[in-house]
Amino acid sequence: MATLQLHDIVKRFDDTEVIKGVDLEVNDREFVVFVGPSGCGKSTLLRMIAGLESATSGDILIDGVRMNEVGPAERGLAMVFQSYALYPHMTVEDNMGFSLKLAGVPKEERRRKVREAASILQLEPLLERKPKALSGGQRQRVAIGRAIVRNPSIFLFDEPLSNLDAALRVQMRIELARLHEELDATMIYVTHDQIEAMTMADKIVVLQGGVVEQVGSPMELYHHPRNRFVAGFIGSPKMNFLEVERVSAAATGVEVRLPGGDTCTVPVDGSGLDDDALTLGIRPEHLQLDPQGPLTGRIEVIERLGGVTSLYVRMQDTLVTVSADGNVDSRVGDSLRFGFERDCAHLFDGEGLALPSLARHPLAGLNRQDNRAPAAAGRL
Amino acid sequence: MTTLKTKVLPADGHLAATSSGARARHTPLMPSAGMRRVWLTLLGWGIALIIFFPILWMVLTGFKTEAEAIADPSLIFTPTLESYVAVQARADYFKFAMNSVVVAFGSTLLALLIAIPAAYAMAFLPTRRTKATLLWMLSTKMLPPVGVLVPIYLIFRDLGLLDTRSGLIIVYTLMNLPIVVWMLYTFFKDLPRDILEAGRMDGASTFQEVVYLLLPLTLPGIASTGLLSVILSWNEAFWSLNLTSSNAAPLTAYIASFSSPEGLFWAKLSAASTMAIAPILIFGWLTQKQMVRGLTFGAVK
Amino acid sequence: MSKTRASGRTVGGLRSLSLQAPAVTLLLLWMLVPLGMTVWFSLQRYNLLMPEMVGFAGLENYEFLFTDPALWRAMGNTLVLVGSVLTITVVGGVLLAVLFQQEFPGRGIARVLAISPFFVMPTVSALVWKNMMMHPSNGVLAWLAGVFGLPAVDWFSALPMTSIIIIVAWQWLPFALLILLTAMQSLDEDQVEAARMDGAGPIAVFFYITLPHLKRAISVVIMIQMIFLLTIFAEIYVTTSGGPGLATTNLAFLIYMQALLDFDVGLASAGGVVAIILANIVAIFLVRLVARNLES
Repeated sequence: MATLQLHDIVKRFDDTEVIKGVDLEVNDREFVVFVGPSGCGKSTLLRMIAGLESATSGDILIDGVRMNEVGPAERGLAMVFQSYALYPHMTVEDNMGFSLKLAGVPKEERRRKVREAASILQLEPLLERKPKALSGGQRQRVAIGRAIVRNPSIFLFDEPLSNLDAALRVQMRIELARLHEELDATMIYVTHDQIEAMTMADKIVVLQGGVVEQVGSPMELYHHPRNRFVAGFIGSPKMNFLEVERVSAAATGVEVRLPGGDTCTVPVDGSGLDDDALTLGIRPEHLQLDPQGPLTGRIEVIERLGGVTSLYVRMQDTLVTVSADGNVDSRVGDSLRFGFERDCAHLFDGEGLALPSLARHPLAGLNRQDNRAPAAAGRL
Repeated sequence: MTTLKTKVLPADGHLAATSSGARARHTPLMPSAGMRRVWLTLLGWGIALIIFFPILWMVLTGFKTEAEAIADPSLIFTPTLESYVAVQARADYFKFAMNSVVVAFGSTLLALLIAIPAAYAMAFLPTRRTKATLLWMLSTKMLPPVGVLVPIYLIFRDLGLLDTRSGLIIVYTLMNLPIVVWMLYTFFKDLPRDILEAGRMDGASTFQEVVYLLLPLTLPGIASTGLLSVILSWNEAFWSLNLTSSNAAPLTAYIASFSSPEGLFWAKLSAASTMAIAPILIFGWLTQKQMVRGLTFGAVK
Repeated sequence: MSKTRASGRTVGGLRSLSLQAPAVTLLLLWMLVPLGMTVWFSLQRYNLLMPEMVGFAGLENYEFLFTDPALWRAMGNTLVLVGSVLTITVVGGVLLAVLFQQEFPGRGIARVLAISPFFVMPTVSALVWKNMMMHPSNGVLAWLAGVFGLPAVDWFSALPMTSIIIIVAWQWLPFALLILLTAMQSLDEDQVEAARMDGAGPIAVFFYITLPHLKRAISVVIMIQMIFLLTIFAEIYVTTSGGPGLATTNLAFLIYMQALLDFDVGLASAGGVVAIILANIVAIFLVRLVARNLES
């Protein structure tokens, strides 16, 4: 059992507030990912949980016990650093066993525990080596092994994959997901890479400027972003935003005038909406070539990836990304019409807040945004 | 063109092509690269030897007889150890040397002991005042010792520290403390914070952090800081000349005594000088690169 | 921002303070106690040879000091010495660093030889220069002059200050070289090659690429050397004893003479206060220099 609660956490460095009141609940055995652009405060938040940084105000509770004044080692956590932070003068075995040595664990038991962790990560052949003699991926594994040895109730990861090359990153992502299953531990993971967040998380916490923008399952964030920031941050390629004008608004849908002059109705709850200038958000994968479509534009750049072709289309003053089929034969300079799925479109008001969709996406509904469902439900 | 040149000047062309320095001079100077190399070698070695000459001459003179020492300069002579024997016969040489060793190493150890916690705090627990404190420490180094000579002399007289090794150790410790703190700070700052934080996550106390992680990882830096402190103490002449007379006088004072007419025994003076600087010179040669890194306060990478 | 900042300001601040306490306290004592005493003595009539003549002197010592031409002479000498040595070592150091950066056989050994004087104790280097190099009849320089048919120079009586400057510069040139050479090694080779592609010759590369790159290293050299050059003592003590006359008496040596040769504690202390004030003027300038270096 290991849960974590943050109550109104504030962190101030000198006069700058970098965390501006964060509330968060992490359930037992949950894989939670903090994601956001650099400088959003995600690492600071993690370091406060770890005890490496003190919170200016607010409470940090682990299993319901306030931990603010407890030292990092006594919180029952382990952390994997971005730089791995291996002790360069110690062998892999000594690196992994260091915490046990400090805790006064007898040598034999230490050895056994280190070997146990090493076998989980296939590190046995490397135990006698120094970190210098390891590859990036191996160092990463040792850093994780060092965390495992401590048998922590919560694992903390601070951008652990950012120093690896693309191929290794994919491999380690899978390995971490496997490890989460195997260890059945609570994990908190910080990254700026939304793909890591989407692929590994049970629950994503999107941070910006020291504020939590949204908390939810990956599919929840993808299909029902709460605001423009989350909508733009989650999903790749980025969501397109078009300036549109409100024609009429009702609880059953909002009719808007598109850049080309056509109008269309977006199935969102428009009751009480009185902004005239709205933003329509459409993901590149939800736009398609359609001779009858309401949007027109001229192709400026084409990127062919084989299976998918990205078209960069100029619509009035906006450059819109369209993920089209790999086989489209359009050329740069072609003027084309595009259509989109109304159900997948998002509409944002003047403040950038999303208007609620009339229908929940089926996969988003599967999830535990109410924070209470058992962890296993996420793995259907 | 390269092939042609290789045929004409096989050895030289090959050398120039493999040395990395030659790469930069490819374009305009290519034709004279070989000549340039010869000139560079001559110039580099010529200047190095001119700069080194006084030391070389001193060492050579130490192996001459007194008559040869004051004769017209000559590189041809039969080396003799008679000056060394004579210097050793002055029973007090080793006393001075011993004083130098005890004082230089004693003050260095003490300075390191005081400086390590301070540098640790400055590097890893910086506060808003840390930079100001560091600058202030350095500024104490700018106080001319002569400005405070009188009070120190009187305090030492009253405390009975005049002409004692402990007195000199105290002065050298304080004299070198700012630079030692600075250098250690530079080395400590180079250590990734993550490693110490990982240690803290693993349950290390501050003391364990320092002993198990900081010290082993920055040992080269600490060693070179210590060596610079030893060199500065070893070579210090103001305090040693003014605060000691016979009992605690280190080699600087011993050597200074040769400025009296007795100093006309150049061979003996050279032999003694050679012995006085040899250990520190070798230290210096071995550690020059490390030392610079700390000395430049991280301003020069 | 998030990763590099200090940990726990409040808790850490206290711990930080207690760890620094010994060093800070000792240096404070080392600075303030003698400083206070120096100021106090400088206002006293206090001569160890005349123990009956004690009492408050007011600014008498300062008056005496400032009307004594020796003080102004010593100050002038100090500035000439520091200025000349700095100029020689910085200019020479840069040129030598460029030279020793080039590739030639045995470069490593040549470098080590060239930096060696830095490790030689000032008393020894002063003696070696005084006796074996600059001796008017038996010195190597006199012999060299003879070889070229020139008259031998009696260095310490004819050119006393020049002689001291040569000795001190010889000791500190290697230091400048050592630091500048290290800085030179971090010069981006691509930058030099890019400049070459843009048509810059070796001289243009030196002035537009190398020299700007060395700026910070040069400021470090100037700063550290100043700390030591302002208080040059042993070289003068061993060679000229400040003479002939006052030709090579710098502030440090003047105060030394007053305190330990004339036993006039009051006057020597006044000199000390002047030296401290002078050093502080320099220090303010230096601290700003370092502070800038610390920023990045």
